[in-house]
Amino acid sequence: MAREMMYGEAIAAAIAEEMERDSNVVFYGQNLAMTERDPFLRRFGKKRVRIAPISETAEMGVAVGAAITGLRPIVELWMSEFMLVAFDELINEAPRLRYMSGGQVKVPLVFKAGYGFAAGWAGQHSNCVYHAMMGIPGLKIALPSTAADAKGLMAAAIRDDNPVVYLHHYMLTLDKGPVPEGEHLVPFGVADVKREGSDVTIVATGWMVKKSLAAAELLAKEGISAEVVDPRTLTPLDVGTILKSVKKTGRLVLVDQGTRHASAAAIIAAEIAEHRGNALKAPVKMVTALDTSIPFSEPLENYVLPNEEKIVAAVKSVLAQQLAAV
Amino acid sequence: MAKKKGLTADRLIWMYTQMVRIREFESRVKRTFVEHPGVIRGHTHLGDGAEATIVGALATRQDDDLAMPSYRCHGYPLVLGTPPRKMMAEIYGRKDGLCGGFGGSMHLADPEHHFPGTSGIIGQAITHATGAALTAQVKDTGQVIYCFFGDGATKQGAFFESLNLGAVWKLPIVYILENNYYQAYTHVSLEDANYIAGDPLSKKAQAFSIPGVTVDGTDPLKVYATVQKAVERARSEKGPSLIEAKFHRLSAHGNAITVPPVPTQFPEHEAVEVYGKKAEFAAAIKNDPIPKFRASLLRKRILTKEDAQRIEEKARAEMEDAVQFALASPLPAEAEAVKHVYA
Repeated sequence: MAREMMYGEAIAAAIAEEMERDSNVVFYGQNLAMTERDPFLRRFGKKRVRIAPISETAEMGVAVGAAITGLRPIVELWMSEFMLVAFDELINEAPRLRYMSGGQVKVPLVFKAGYGFAAGWAGQHSNCVYHAMMGIPGLKIALPSTAADAKGLMAAAIRDDNPVVYLHHYMLTLDKGPVPEGEHLVPFGVADVKREGSDVTIVATGWMVKKSLAAAELLAKEGISAEVVDPRTLTPLDVGTILKSVKKTGRLVLVDQGTRHASAAAIIAAEIAEHRGNALKAPVKMVTALDTSIPFSEPLENYVLPNEEKIVAAVKSVLAQQLAAV
Repeated sequence: MAKKKGLTADRLIWMYTQMVRIREFESRVKRTFVEHPGVIRGHTHLGDGAEATIVGALATRQDDDLAMPSYRCHGYPLVLGTPPRKMMAEIYGRKDGLCGGFGGSMHLADPEHHFPGTSGIIGQAITHATGAALTAQVKDTGQVIYCFFGDGATKQGAFFESLNLGAVWKLPIVYILENNYYQAYTHVSLEDANYIAGDPLSKKAQAFSIPGVTVDGTDPLKVYATVQKAVERARSEKGPSLIEAKFHRLSAHGNAITVPPVPTQFPEHEAVEVYGKKAEFAAAIKNDPIPKFRASLLRKRILTKEDAQRIEEKARAEMEDAVQFALASPLPAEAEAVKHVYA
């Protein structure tokens, strides 16, 4: 049974269901459970649901210490940039303690935050910083693009025995979609083909999936069939599904809200380049944010971010090109 | 040093024994740089001089209480029951090491013996210990967490954030600040506002409205009595305390940082090597906690000279065995390196 639910609601549903299921799951963060009326506080009590001081280093470090001693903390960090305040805990503590202990401890925790808030939040609150977390051994990264994935990836993140960065896209918060009721787990490292097609593969995450699907609609009207693949988790990265699609279409466009060299797209492009065999008929094309900080004013912000028109243009350019046979 | 309530003669002898074991272990680590050059890689930090603080504090432990120090971490697990063989093998990077050679001197971990692990980044482990106290509180285990760190760590945001959060949530934790006067190579007078103003470092507790006490960290009984009060407060859900234990470490911050193949050894202590304060360091040696405690126990006839010698010989034999075990242990197979990344 599925129910129409907003992306934001789906995340909350997953947290509530997992807290119901496992008493070791705790949930805390800034500006959370401020009054007795808070629904999580009412349901799970003040031991497991807490407001935290505005101290990212302590919030994230406390989660690490709690995780190695038996809890499964979810830390609400609100905006992915706030994790930068505690980058040591994110990069150098949470993912390393298990390894350094020779596998004696596990660090099951979720660092939850929104990102990419392209609504006038300017230079420090709307960036995409997930690229900096990719390739950190021991850390996993989930970026849901639909309400169903938002629920299933959160539930899987909470049950995972490793530290997970769960990044939900602010621009998708109110988007509705069918969400399975009850237990719904989206396994990590399994990409989802959001639209099937035969002429070109578009790989995108988060809000860019929505943009890419809109672009695919426009392309379909011109007789171009685009396949849209959403990796859903950046670590682990399902290279196999992307490669399979590229082998079918022979052409690849990577859409990423991050800046060009600080994007997941650049890393996926390198993976496909190494594994492609004779699959690619044209060079890959990346559609990313321009190499600027995110500007405040709306026309400036629109100019630097990927959109449907830029994706359509990129698809047309790869369709117009041929790569010499290797 | 009066005999404190609750400390039997056996317990006092146990405390002396643990202090001697730590010292002997650390001296064997240090000697390894001379006797077996190249066997210990990277950076190694010793706790000689800290024995009275480590043992005085941990003597107040009950059942499942955890100890969570910084990377200067050899002394604590010895007291908690971790086999020195496995610790030495880890420090030598061997297969039979506590962490299979994945962690080394700075990252000893032995959760089975109430020692969940350490961080090599100054101050960050304070947040982890605070998190362990959250676990104890949420699960209502009755545990108290013993969080040890140096004076340098109190200049990190992690320290301030953790103490504030620990106080707000009334977590069952005791923050034990080992003021050994030198943050790595920098003297406390060059970086600590309280010290510069002539105040104890325990004054920092006032910022969080929690008890802050300074104690002679070379006297295990004074440390015991002070920590005991803080532990009672923590266990009765009144929240954390900050205890400043003052002592000199008796070795340099770590072995000299050299680039292979240049061999490395422990240099002179910073007091002498960097600051030329020979008298200060001579006074620290004179104030060595181990001979002081030994003399006090002999004076009170809790310990005989023969008992003391037996304890010292036993520790020597135990740590000699640890060294031989570690030397004989094979290096790990190289392809093991890809294990343990994910659970």
